[in-house]
Order: sequence, then C-alpha cells, then structure tokens
Amino acid sequence: MLVQEPNSIPLAGATDVLVHWPAHLDAHAKTYLDLSGLDDLRHISWNQEALTLGARTTYWDVIQDEQCHQEFPLLQHAARQVGAVQIQSRGTWAGNIVNASPAADGVPVLMAYDAVVVLQSTAGTEEVPLNEFYMGYKQMRRRTDQLVVAIRLPRRSYAVQVFEKVGARRAQAITKVGLAMTRSSVGWRVVASAVAPTIRRCPSVERLLEQDAPVCSPDDLAEAFATDTQPIDDIRSTSAYRARVLARVAFHALQSQAPGRS
Amino acid sequence: MSKTELISVSLTLNGEHRSIEIAPQERLLDTLRYRLGLTGSKEGCGEGECGACTVYIDGLPANACLVLTVQVRGRALETIESVQVDDLGSMHVSGATQCGACTPGVVMTACWIKRHPELAKTHTLRELMAGNLCRCTGYDGIIEGIAGTDCAS
Ligand SMILES: Cc1cc2nc3c(=O)[nH]c(=O)nc-3n(C[C@H](O)[C@H](O)[C@H](O)COP(=O)(O)OP(=O)(O)OC[C@H]3O[C@@H](n4cnc5c(N)ncnc54)[C@H](O)[C@@H]3O)c2cc1C
Ligand code: FES
Ligand code: FES
Repeated sequence: MLVQEPNSIPLAGATDVLVHWPAHLDAHAKTYLDLSGLDDLRHISWNQEALTLGARTTYWDVIQDEQCHQEFPLLQHAARQVGAVQIQSRGTWAGNIVNASPAADGVPVLMAYDAVVVLQSTAGTEEVPLNEFYMGYKQMRRRTDQLVVAIRLPRRSYAVQVFEKVGARRAQAITKVGLAMTRSSVGWRVVASAVAPTIRRCPSVERLLEQDAPVCSPDDLAEAFATDTQPIDDIRSTSAYRARVLARVAFHALQSQAPGRS
Repeated sequence: MSKTELISVSLTLNGEHRSIEIAPQERLLDTLRYRLGLTGSKEGCGEGECGACTVYIDGLPANACLVLTVQVRGRALETIESVQVDDLGSMHVSGATQCGACTPGVVMTACWIKRHPELAKTHTLRELMAGNLCRCTGYDGIIEGIAGTDCAS
C-alpha cells in the first residue's frame, strides 16, 4: 500500500490524526492508510533479550500486562497518564513516536529504556534507536514509504526508574515538563520532554551522574540541564518555569530513588 | 474517490450484525447520529477531551468522535442505546446528572467499570472517569452513583 501511495498517512488509533478532522472529503488532500485491520501488529512479545511491542499495541494493552508492569514499570506509569481510558484504549505507542510531539508521554519512557524503532517497507527492514530517531521539530528518520512495525526494548535490570509528568492538572493535561530517568548496567539515561523541539536525552546530565559528582540541590543539575535543553515560552508555560521545574523534579526523583547521590 | 461514493462496512452494533453504507472519511460519531439515528452519543468537544461520545469498541471505551467508521469494520460496537435502566444502579438518585449533556458518556464509562470489578484493584474510580468531563455536578454525585452501583455485581 505504502508503495503505491508513498505519501499516504498511516492511521493507527487516530487519536492524534482525527483531532480537527474536516467533515468533507474534498478538504482531505491526502490519502490515509488505515492499519485497523492489521491485528498481527498488535502484540506484546518477549524473548531472552527484548520486549517487543507491535505497532498497533495500545497504552491499555500495556497497562493490562502483568509482565510489562514487572519489568518495565515506567511504560505503565506513563500510559496511565496519557489522556484518559478512552484515549489509552485506542492510542498506540507507535502513533506517539511518529506524531513526534515534543510533549509526548510515551516517547520519554521508551527512550529511557533504549527503545529501537523497527521500520519496514518493501525495500526491507531498518532499525533506528529512538534516541537517534528525531532530527528536529517533527523531523524524523522515517521515509514516507516506511511503516513502524514494532518497538523493541532490551531487557535489563534497573536500579533507578523515574517518570514524572508535570501538567496543569492530574488528568488529561498536556505535559509542561516531563522527565524519564533510568540507571542500569549500561549507565544513566536522562530524557526530558517539552523542553526542546524534540524529546531528547540529556548527555551533560547523564555525564554528571556517571561521574558521581555530588548533587546537593536542584542548582547542581540546573546548569547541565540548561546545556542539554532549550525550553520555550508558550501558552502552557514559560521557559524559566520549565527550566526550574525540570531541575527540581530531577533532584527530588534522585533523592527518593538514588539517595546516595544527594 | 468521488465525494459521493459510499463504501459498505459490516460490524456488530449493540449485539446485532449490521452492514452500513458510509463515506470513507466519516467519523463514527456522525455515522451513529446522522446515518443510524442513534443520537444518544453526544458531541461535546469533537476532539477527545470530554467523553460525551463514549462507546465501546470490542468492549473498551473509546471516543466516537476520534474514530473513523471504517476503523470499526468487523468489530463489536456498543452504544448508550444498549444500556438498560437496571444498569444505572443508584446513578439516577445520587445526583450524577443535571443538564444531562455528559450523561450518556458518563453512563457508558460507569457501566464498563461495573463490568470489570477487577479494575478496582489497580485504579480509582476518579482515574477511570477522568475522560468524562461534567460542567454541572462537580463529579461527587457521579462517583457516589458509581460506587453505589455495586461494582462487584
Ligand atoms: C484528549 C487527548 C488527550 C491526549 N493526551 C495525551 C497525553 O497525555 N500524552 C501524550 O503523549 N499524548 C496524548 N494524546 C495524543 C495521542 O493520544 C497519542 O500521541 C497517541 O499515542 C497517538 O497514537 P494513535 O495510534 O492514536 O496515533 P494516530 O493518530 O493514528 O497517528 C499519529 C501519527 O503517527 C502516524 N502513525 C501511526 N502509526 C504509525 C505506524 N505504524 N507507522 C508509521 N506512522 C504511524 C500517523 O500517520 C500520524 O502521523 C492525547 C490525545 C487526545 C485527543
Ligand atoms: S465529543 Fe468526543 S470526546 Fe468530546
Ligand atoms: S450534567 Fe451537565 S455536564 Fe454533566
């Protein structure tokens, strides 16, 4: 399908695409490719090394999965904060990735778990680490003839796992500042959302944590976060608020989960 | 495809097998309200925020304003029209409704919670009801009404 219509737009749960959907067909200059019939793409599978989520796997599928809860608790933690049940039942992890919102909630936890995006087209399969997937605001390493078919997460044991979403209220609010952090045998992963054109890892903060530098207050993290992010002023928040909150949220998360650090 | 060309979609609607003719770009909420005359599902916001259009697709609550009808091809769809008065439990005496605009959606989510008592182990009623906005009741009447509906039955 994507070969015949390489510019067509895949539709998964449609919870992003159908917002502001025009009623008349002539307002639609595009072709859509509905994935609803592809039940093979909806699965949660495990092997020795990895967890694989199908491209049509929803938030609710993961919320209901006991093994995901045990091994990748941040997935559930984030999923439960995406909209409400009516969105969680339809919205997919792959849709969250390709929608590429800088304030998405699924992407930061996937990135903190070193997720790999599996893309497929008639030309073959390509794998891109989620961490390298975004090139700029809504710019990503996906050709229009490629479908995301799966998301793969390596299985590791984690000493630290954090996801914090700061919004205007608890339920159904767009993230003003988001933070996902993990620590495993491969090191620290610190991922910030809504503070840059794309969700991204924060290498300076990760380096600081690797070096075991003392972190005694949010100020000790603020400079590194400032190097790694470019928060903006918009209708939901100001850049100064975002920068301040990000460092504080990270500091308090470290205090509770890695008390030796502070 | 020309503007007027309709396509046929088969699905199970409120337990009955149906085949319907729809436009390919049609939202499920419009099919229900304008083609099938099932006007119980309401359009509050049209963008997934309010839950007034809540239906079940394969047993899970979804916003009919954010689904294309072609996407429910072959699926089981249930609407507020399938709910029986007895399903309401104590919702109609608890102050769960005032103007009524949110009520069909509220009742759909409430009845889904009632069908799945196991959800009480992991979720609070307020978290499960977060996708149904109400401008009138202040929510307490809704939550009390659901809590009183004997979620275990
Ligand atoms: C009321 C409301 C509240 C929301 N709250 C949140 C929230 O709190 N946090 C959050 O992160 N998001 C939120 N969202 C946004 C949305 O629900 C999520 O981004 C969701 O994950 C999108 O998934 P989907 O399957 O519905 O995507 P769709 O709308 O179907 O698609 C989104 C994009 O991804 C592309 N796409 C989908 N699947 C594939 C694929 N397999 N291959 C290639 N491209 C693909 C589509 O072409 C489109 O560009 C909310 C949306 C609404 C309406
Ligand atoms: S009308 Fe569908 S959620 Fe508001
Ligand atoms: S009763 Fe009026 S919106 Fe809920």
